[in-house]
Amino acid sequence: MKRAVTLTINGEAISSEIEPRTTLVDFLREDVMLTGTHVGCEHGVCGACSVLLDGTPIRSCLLFAIQAEGHEVTTVEGLVEEDGSLGLLQDSFWETHAMQCGYCTPGMLIAAYGLLAESADPTEAEIREAISGNLCRCTGYVQIVDAVRLAAARMRQQ
Amino acid sequence: MKAATFEYVRPTHIDEVVSELARAGTDARIIAGGQSLVPMMAMRLVRPELLVDINHVSELTGIGKNNDSVCVRAATRQADAGRSEIIARVVPMLAAAVPFIGHNQTRNRGTIGGSLAHGDPTAEVLLVAMALGVTLDLRSEKGERSVNIKDFAVAPMETVMEEDECLVAARFQPAPTDLRVTAVVEEVAPRAGDYAILSVSAEIGLDLGGFCRHLRLGVSGATPVPFRPHMVEIALADSLLADDEVDDAVHLIDPVLDPESDVQASAAYRRRVAPGLLGRAIRTARDRAVVSLV
Repeated sequence: MKRAVTLTINGEAISSEIEPRTTLVDFLREDVMLTGTHVGCEHGVCGACSVLLDGTPIRSCLLFAIQAEGHEVTTVEGLVEEDGSLGLLQDSFWETHAMQCGYCTPGMLIAAYGLLAESADPTEAEIREAISGNLCRCTGYVQIVDAVRLAAARMRQQ
Repeated sequence: MKAATFEYVRPTHIDEVVSELARAGTDARIIAGGQSLVPMMAMRLVRPELLVDINHVSELTGIGKNNDSVCVRAATRQADAGRSEIIARVVPMLAAAVPFIGHNQTRNRGTIGGSLAHGDPTAEVLLVAMALGVTLDLRSEKGERSVNIKDFAVAPMETVMEEDECLVAARFQPAPTDLRVTAVVEEVAPRAGDYAILSVSAEIGLDLGGFCRHLRLGVSGATPVPFRPHMVEIALADSLLADDEVDDAVHLIDPVLDPESDVQASAAYRRRVAPGLLGRAIRTARDRAVVSLV
């Protein structure tokens, strides 16, 4: 049986009717049509589906959408500038070429965003710890770490 | 990889939680962080008819301290326990364990009580609870009871919780404040944040002369459920925790070890590595406490 749910996604109030078994990631992709959040393993191992729930990174495959009632969700689409251009963190990933196939990238961006919200000048070890729950099978992580460092440096200059 | 259909309720009071559980019988499951339950539902290893979401029950969240215990309420997030000043000060072994629990994203949702109630023997929370001998408060419509962790986690993935019971809180005895107390968790895992092959924990308290007046230890991965090696604690009581004393004492666990082989590591490997890992945790904790003495 479908149930009503109301939540805020990237600053916009969204109401919908969903089955309780719908995960947040499926709701985002299939009901709200925000396909930036990727779905990988569907059991909490790969980190591709990471989103911010009230500002902290979580796995959206391990939260039923109905549980997000009243909460604030930020997806990778919410990291852009007001004019729709790439946000500072996204641009830093672009700059250092921190992706190859791009599948893990939305999750990496969310994990990095969560770190930079807490720490203005993270060490390499802290960056690696922050993205340790996100699998990338292409890059070897080096450019991703570079991207987060670049973003941190740019944020400090602002 | 999608969960089967279920009914969902979101009570705001503990009384409603236990009455929902009593009403649904064996078909209900409590969901707190969901970091283990949701994957199990996705893989259809469990198929509850009813999910009782306890994330909105305020009496099930938070950390408090009174004279003789620190009370961690069941739905307290692992990340919040890791940030808690009370935990850092008087339950340092739990604080040391938090960074080893899953990943950042899962600690932001996963709960202390959920980890205990799930009963996964590799869970760091269970290791710490066992080492510190926590008391668990359970509640059902029939009433309340308290169970020591030793009598709670009886086998891998098996606890003595009844289907109609809700874990309310875990009560820890605070570490002594008149000693230099430090805690260390050591783990062998295929990658940071993965299920540990072996994990050990040590909380020590040194007096001003450097003598060990407080020692709590835990070993996980070499027995069906984690255990507290009392024999090592007794052997090292009131010692200076010199390297050779520690290295001898940790082998007192050898007869107790009963590891199994799996895809990650052989029983022989676990048997060989467990005492050394425990020794490393004790020595590291000692070195940190000694530094804080000078």
